[in-house]
Amino acid sequence: MNLSFFYHFGRYLMFLRSMLYRPEKMNVFFQRLFDEMTKIGIGSLPIVAITSLFIGAVTTVQTAYQLVSGLISKTVIGTIVSDSTMLELGPTITCLVLSGKVGAHISSEIGNMRISEQIDALEVMGINAPGYLALPKILAGIIMIPILNIIAITLSIYGGYVAGELSGILTHEQFVVGAQSTFKGFTLFFSMIKAFTFAFIITSVSSYQGYFTKGGALEVGESSTKAVVYSSVLILFFDYLLAELLL
Amino acid sequence: MIELINVNKSFEDKQVLFDINAQFFSGKNNLIIGASGGGKSVMMKCMVGLERPESGHIEFDKRDMLSLDEQQLREVRREIGMLFQGTALFDSLTIEQNIEFPLRMFSKMTAAERRDRVNFCLQRVNLENINKKFPSEISGGMKKRVGIARAIALDIKYLFCDEPNSGLDPITSRLIDALIDEITKEYGITNIINSHDMKTVFDIGDHILFMYKGAKRWEGSRQDLSHAQKEIKELDEFIKASYFH
Repeated sequence: MNLSFFYHFGRYLMFLRSMLYRPEKMNVFFQRLFDEMTKIGIGSLPIVAITSLFIGAVTTVQTAYQLVSGLISKTVIGTIVSDSTMLELGPTITCLVLSGKVGAHISSEIGNMRISEQIDALEVMGINAPGYLALPKILAGIIMIPILNIIAITLSIYGGYVAGELSGILTHEQFVVGAQSTFKGFTLFFSMIKAFTFAFIITSVSSYQGYFTKGGALEVGESSTKAVVYSSVLILFFDYLLAELLL
Repeated sequence: MIELINVNKSFEDKQVLFDINAQFFSGKNNLIIGASGGGKSVMMKCMVGLERPESGHIEFDKRDMLSLDEQQLREVRREIGMLFQGTALFDSLTIEQNIEFPLRMFSKMTAAERRDRVNFCLQRVNLENINKKFPSEISGGMKKRVGIARAIALDIKYLFCDEPNSGLDPITSRLIDALIDEITKEYGITNIINSHDMKTVFDIGDHILFMYKGAKRWEGSRQDLSHAQKEIKELDEFIKASYFH
């Protein structure tokens, strides 16, 4: 860790602080927020659906493969699929995928605006550029990514159930009983806390990387790469931190 | 009128503006000329508030930009229009939405009034029937004109043009110059143009400032230019080099 970490961390905090002004026009702000929610939420739905369905299915098949003892009830498969999905696979894998899709998009969009002087144009007009550009993206992420997490958990458990039934690993009843047997409300609550945290990391880190892009097209690409890498590393770090603190 | 008083600016260890004192007059085309790296763009960025000088004062009609609070600064900025070198049109918005943008953000106009104003601005820069197009669908010259239309959408007092002719053919360049000149005189705007183009200087330059290595080397009228050229070697070299472009 060198001094540049502190430089970037300080600048990141100042960047976040600079958004906290009242938007110039509330109706424009809400329009932008709605647009971003559509982009992040609806736009990410297919990749989230595909990822979570297959993760659920794979978890069922692999758990069954490892259950070699006949003494263990097959309902355990349902328990493992639902718990691991809610605790880890739903929020973490979904957000790692979204850091690639949403993070890279945010960073390249803002980075392109930076190098083509569009951000300068906003500032010359007297518009708070971080508040206008980044704040709607961050709020949209915080609203939509937890919703995507719920969808991912649902589809992942459904994927696990379908895989179990189709391959004859376990029956409908065994899966449902297993999934319901150890369900705790806190597990879902914990999953949502993770989704909120990861959503903030993805959108704010990517906005920061894009906003401070310097140079040309090559640097926009570099900013997008940094946005994805830093978001992913921070997601994994906070994944561990939250588990230590809350479980 | 815009006045710069003892303005100095550095980037890390390198000083790029040296004690600049200059005046830019309302209703006139004030041109800043000089070779690349001479400090023209940094000076313009300091004036519009994109860079902050270490010392000195930048006064917009006696309002010192460097001592205003954030809110007051935003209010002055709403009196500023800027035509960027690369036009800086918002590429996710249509032409109509680009011009409407400052009106939506800062005026209390109804949607119908905004539409009328957008059409007026487009007509003023001699463009029609491109309202629904995106910036990527129009030519460089048209983009410049849309940039001017966006700059004048609000009732501005100050217009900044950064290399308005860059990347344009000579005929379109002259059209843009003429348009900027008309708008400056018509609205009594304080217009400041960064340019390398000596044709622009001779066609529309009312007040000219020559920058050399971060310092003001000469300031005067277009009529005085040929006299100054004989006395200042750097200005003479710059003008002569421009003839071959």
